[in-house]
Parts: sequence; C-alpha cells; structure tokens
Amino acid sequence: MDLTTFLIQLLNALQYGLLLFLVASGLTLIFGIMGVINLAHGSFYMIGAYMAFALAPIVAATFGGGFFATLLVGLVLAVVLGYGLEWAFFSYLYQREHLQQVLMTYGLILVFEELRSILVGDDVHGVQPPDWLSGTVPLGDMMTYPVYRLFISAVCVLLALGMWFVFTRTRLGMMIRAGAGNREMVQSLGIDIQFLYRVVFAAGVAIAVLAGMVAAPVSSVYPGMGNQVLIVCFVVVVIGGIGSVRGALLAALLIGAVDTFGKVLLPHAAGVLVYVLMALILLWKPDGLFRAG
Amino acid sequence: MNRSLLLTTLAAAALAAALPAAAQSGTKLRVGLMLPFTGTFTALGNAIENGFRLHVDEQGGKLGGREIEFFKVDDESDPAKAVDNINKLIKRDNVDVVVGTVHSGVAMAMAKVARETGTLLIVPNAGADAVTGAMCAPNIFRSSFSNWQTGYAMGQVMAAKGHKNAVSITWKYAAGDEMVRGFREAFEKGGGKVAKELNLPFPNVEFQALLTEIAAARPDAVFSFFAGGGAVKFVKDYAGSGLKRNIPLYGTGFLTDGTLEAQGADADGVMTSLHYADSLNTPRDNAFRLAYAKAYKLQPDVYAVQGYDAAQMLGIGLAAVGGDVKRKVEFAAALRKARIDSPRGTFTLSPSHNPVQDLYLRQVSGKENKVVGIASKALADPGRGCRM
Repeated sequence: MDLTTFLIQLLNALQYGLLLFLVASGLTLIFGIMGVINLAHGSFYMIGAYMAFALAPIVAATFGGGFFATLLVGLVLAVVLGYGLEWAFFSYLYQREHLQQVLMTYGLILVFEELRSILVGDDVHGVQPPDWLSGTVPLGDMMTYPVYRLFISAVCVLLALGMWFVFTRTRLGMMIRAGAGNREMVQSLGIDIQFLYRVVFAAGVAIAVLAGMVAAPVSSVYPGMGNQVLIVCFVVVVIGGIGSVRGALLAALLIGAVDTFGKVLLPHAAGVLVYVLMALILLWKPDGLFRAG
Repeated sequence: MNRSLLLTTLAAAALAAALPAAAQSGTKLRVGLMLPFTGTFTALGNAIENGFRLHVDEQGGKLGGREIEFFKVDDESDPAKAVDNINKLIKRDNVDVVVGTVHSGVAMAMAKVARETGTLLIVPNAGADAVTGAMCAPNIFRSSFSNWQTGYAMGQVMAAKGHKNAVSITWKYAAGDEMVRGFREAFEKGGGKVAKELNLPFPNVEFQALLTEIAAARPDAVFSFFAGGGAVKFVKDYAGSGLKRNIPLYGTGFLTDGTLEAQGADADGVMTSLHYADSLNTPRDNAFRLAYAKAYKLQPDVYAVQGYDAAQMLGIGLAAVGGDVKRKVEFAAALRKARIDSPRGTFTLSPSHNPVQDLYLRQVSGKENKVVGIASKALADPGRGCRM
C-alpha cells in the first residue's frame, strides 16, 4: 500500500467511523443512558431513510422544498413519534426485565417493517443529495470523493459536540445523568423524571431518524436496512461503555478503522474482525472503554 | 452485564416469525412457496410468487388438471433456518412440491433436504452451481440459471472486447464466488488476466475501502456481482468515487435488475450479462409483460420470469404424469425432453436439470437494460460433479 492509498484509506476509515457514530448515537441515549434494550433502533434509522425518500416531494409541494426543510419536518415528526412511543410502550418497560424489553422492541421491528411494506412497498429507492452538495473533490488521479460524504462527517462532528455539551455542561444533562444513576432520588428532589425520560427518548428517536435521513443519499433506501445497522450499533455502545458519549465516538472510530483496514489487509477475516475487537476490549475492560459520564 | 445484554440482543435478532397455517384439502396439489418475504430480497420473492401465480391463473387455476393450494414460508434469506423452514413445508404442511428460493445458501440446504426426502423441488432463482452440480437429483430442477453461466458469459464478452487486466469484486458467499469463478474461466481462456479478487462479507455494503483498492490496482475493467440494495449502493458508490470515468464496470445482470430506478444516471453505460432483458421485444415476451402488468400493476423483471417458468415446468411435468407427482421418473423424463416456451426465449434443460439458454449482453440506458447482443449462445452449465 503506497502512501496516497494509505491516506485515502485513512479518510475512508474516519468517514465510516463518524457515520457509525451518527447511527449509534441515538442508541447511546436510549440504551446507554436510559438502560432500555431497544432493538427497534434500526427501525427508527430505516424510518428516517424512508422519510428522506418520501417526504422530499411532499415538502417541496407545501413549503417550496429545500434539503433542510425536509430534515426539519422529519425531525418534528420523529420527536412526535418518539414521544408517543414512550408514552404508549416504553414507559412501562423501565422496571421490567431485559427479556421483556427485547420481546417488545423486537415486536416493534416487525410492526415497522410491515407498515413500511404497506405504505411504501418493497422496492429499493435512491435519494439524491441536494444540488449544492452533489459535487466531488478529486483524490489522487483515479478517484474523487463525494462532497456529500464530507457533509455527513461534518454533521457527525457537530452532533458529537452538541451531545457532549448538553450532557456535561448543562442543567438538563446533569438531571439526565442523575436520573440514570438514581431515579427515585431525582424524583424526590422535585424533578419530573417521567417527563424528562419522555424528552430523552424522543431525542434518541429523533437522532436515529436524523441519521437515517442524512445517510439515505449514500446508503440508498431498502427493506431491512435497519437490521443491518442494529448489531453494529450495539457493538459501538458496548465497546464505548454504556452511557458514555465520548466512548461511543471513540468506539465508532475504532470500528471504522478496523473494518476498513481489515477488508483490505485481512479480507478473509473481515466479517469477524469487529467482533474480535469487541471481545478483546471487553476482556481488557469489562465495562467498555469509558464508564458512564 | 454488558456481555449478557449483547447476548440477549443477538438471541432476539435470531428470533423467527412463522405464520402460515396448515389447512386440509382433498385432491388439490399442495405447492409450498419458500421465498424471502422480508429482508433485502423481499421484492425478488414477491416477483417470483407473482410470476408463478400468473401462469397458474392463465391455466385457470390448475396445473396438470389439478387445482393448486399454496403454502408460504418466509425463508428470510437465512441459511441457518433453511432446513427448519423447508421441513415446515414438507412435514407440517405435507406439500407435493417446493418452489424456492432466492438466496444460494438457503437453496443449498433446501436441495440437501429435497435429495434426502425425494420431494420435488423447483429452484426459481438461486444460482448455486451445486444445485445442478454435486447436489443434482432426479427430483431437483431449476428455472433460472447457474452462477457459473452468468459469470462465464461475461468473461467471454470482456475478453472479446480486448480487456487484458481485470479486478473482480463481490460478496464473499457462494453466489459471488461461483460467478467470479465462471468469469475467470472464460476471461483467462480468452487471454485476459484477473489481477485481484476483492471480497466483502455478505451483506456488508461499505464499499469505500475496496473501491480505493481498485483505484490502486488500475485495471482495464471491473467485473462485479451484487444484488438488491447492495447493488444500488455499489453502482452509486462506483460512480461517486470517480472510478466510472476511468474503468468500465461490468457485472452479472443482478447488478442492474430491479434497481435502475434507484441507481439513476449512475448506472448509465454499465454492461451486464443475463438470460433476460427489458427490451427483448418478442411476441412471447410482449404478451407476458402485458399480462403481468395488467395483473399486478407492475412491470415484470427477470425474477417474475423465473417464477413464471417454474410454474410452466411444473405444469409440463404434471401434464405428463396426469397430475400424479409420485411418478417421478416420468415427470423428470418429460421435463428433460421439453422445450420451455419462456418469455426469455425457448430453453431446454441440461442433463443435470439447469436451463440451456442464451445469455444476453445488456447495457443500461435511460433506466432500462437494453439488449445490445448475445453474450453467449445456448450456454449450458457443465454440471460439474453431477451423477444421476
């Protein structure tokens, strides 16, 4: 591997890692901080991608269009969906066993897949990036790099910074962390923990939907796309340490690097390398790279 | 605690959903459809079922004089569940014939069970060479293609175009391996050389690292196999990475079948080999396309044709034995002699029960796979390892 190729691969690894963080960050909130095993996380991602496909023409007809207008409408819908789901289903799950959480969220996967099939059908769809992001940057003499991929990376960095800021530097973040540590104590201090959790859950869903909408132009939109990202999202959160935003970011970057270079250097083992990495890290640090905080 | 959480997660992801209910009936022929109705290949499974039902409906709901009753199982394209799933059809629903499936790994497990139980099996897509190779049996038939066939035809074309140095890229599983093997056999026979074989695990769709490898290897041409959502993403990423301007992309037909709407302009000019195309414009195909469009308000694709021909093959066999599937020897003998009047063009079956057919060379233009010639005429799979 010459230097240019190596640098391009490094860029690929970084970009994939950031994309993984984007997809997994909503799960950090719901699984990592609230402690609910949410298998439906992949479905929220899928819903986001289908929103990017289905909402764009509707938004264009009502508000005159625009990439950010579509994102905004999608986010509003996602918050409503998340808030409603928490009220109807997830609020009953906090005190239950993990198995019951797994069963209910698995059921939600089936419901969302079937609804998707009824509403949008089973075809594969492509989503065009907005014109002003559809250019490419030359990379060596053979390759180019789509500007939209750089845009995704920028969104990831902003999201990571935003989450870090909210959790460690604001009163809201403090209450959320306290609630994760000791629910009853926070409640007895006069904080409406039920409402707080509903907001956090809605935010987690909204971030997953955002990830799906932003990733749609590079990932395409197809049935079952959520299940593909689900497992790797859990790997990111578990390696990073339950409830740690910077841990998730570091884990996502690590997985990005292992996956990218694994495919090139050890193609026959590429499928298992990520899981080997997880096993090694858990042997070394059973709680993941960072403890909650 | 983290690890146990993850284990529960993985266990849940492996949960299966099985729905079809058993029903009793008298003399109806019990047909088991084992196809992917969820996951990446959902659309393919639906097209096969539509095609199959279209032919049955055209025959007034009967094949070989018997009414048809359908039993459905979603195979989820999961080889690990394949044996259980086909056993549900054979043992629980007591079907006379199984039709399925799309995924090669699943089809291999189905062929193994069919060989052991003697149940009639018609494979309407999965191209695993071994189904009509080492696993061949008097009761196993295929209405689609072998992986070797599609790759071999493209290898002939690429060598004839004067390409000397190619790179292949595919998912690391049976279908991908076999197409690349067929491609390499023909390409090297024609004087070319395969510089590098790139793989990634199925169904991984993160291609960027391997596209960079292609750029570093600087081949004259790239041969590829992907399908469904993966094919859409690969073709778009190939164009997005700028490689399309410098290195022509070839593939087996699945790369651009049922995916062109999503691939858009990024697929323009891509050349593929397949036993079907959008613009054959023969009276037989036009009639089929019209009937399909009327019945389902959808345009048919190659998978619909394969489903349709699976039903035709079943009909031919049943007609020869008067609807009695127990007479397996006569059933097979009738199919071996048959000329099947497919929308793709008439085909016959090889001694190992795989179609002997023309492979078309198609080029994408304006969201259609236009025929530009015949890549390989009446190409027969060698049926390696088949002893019947």
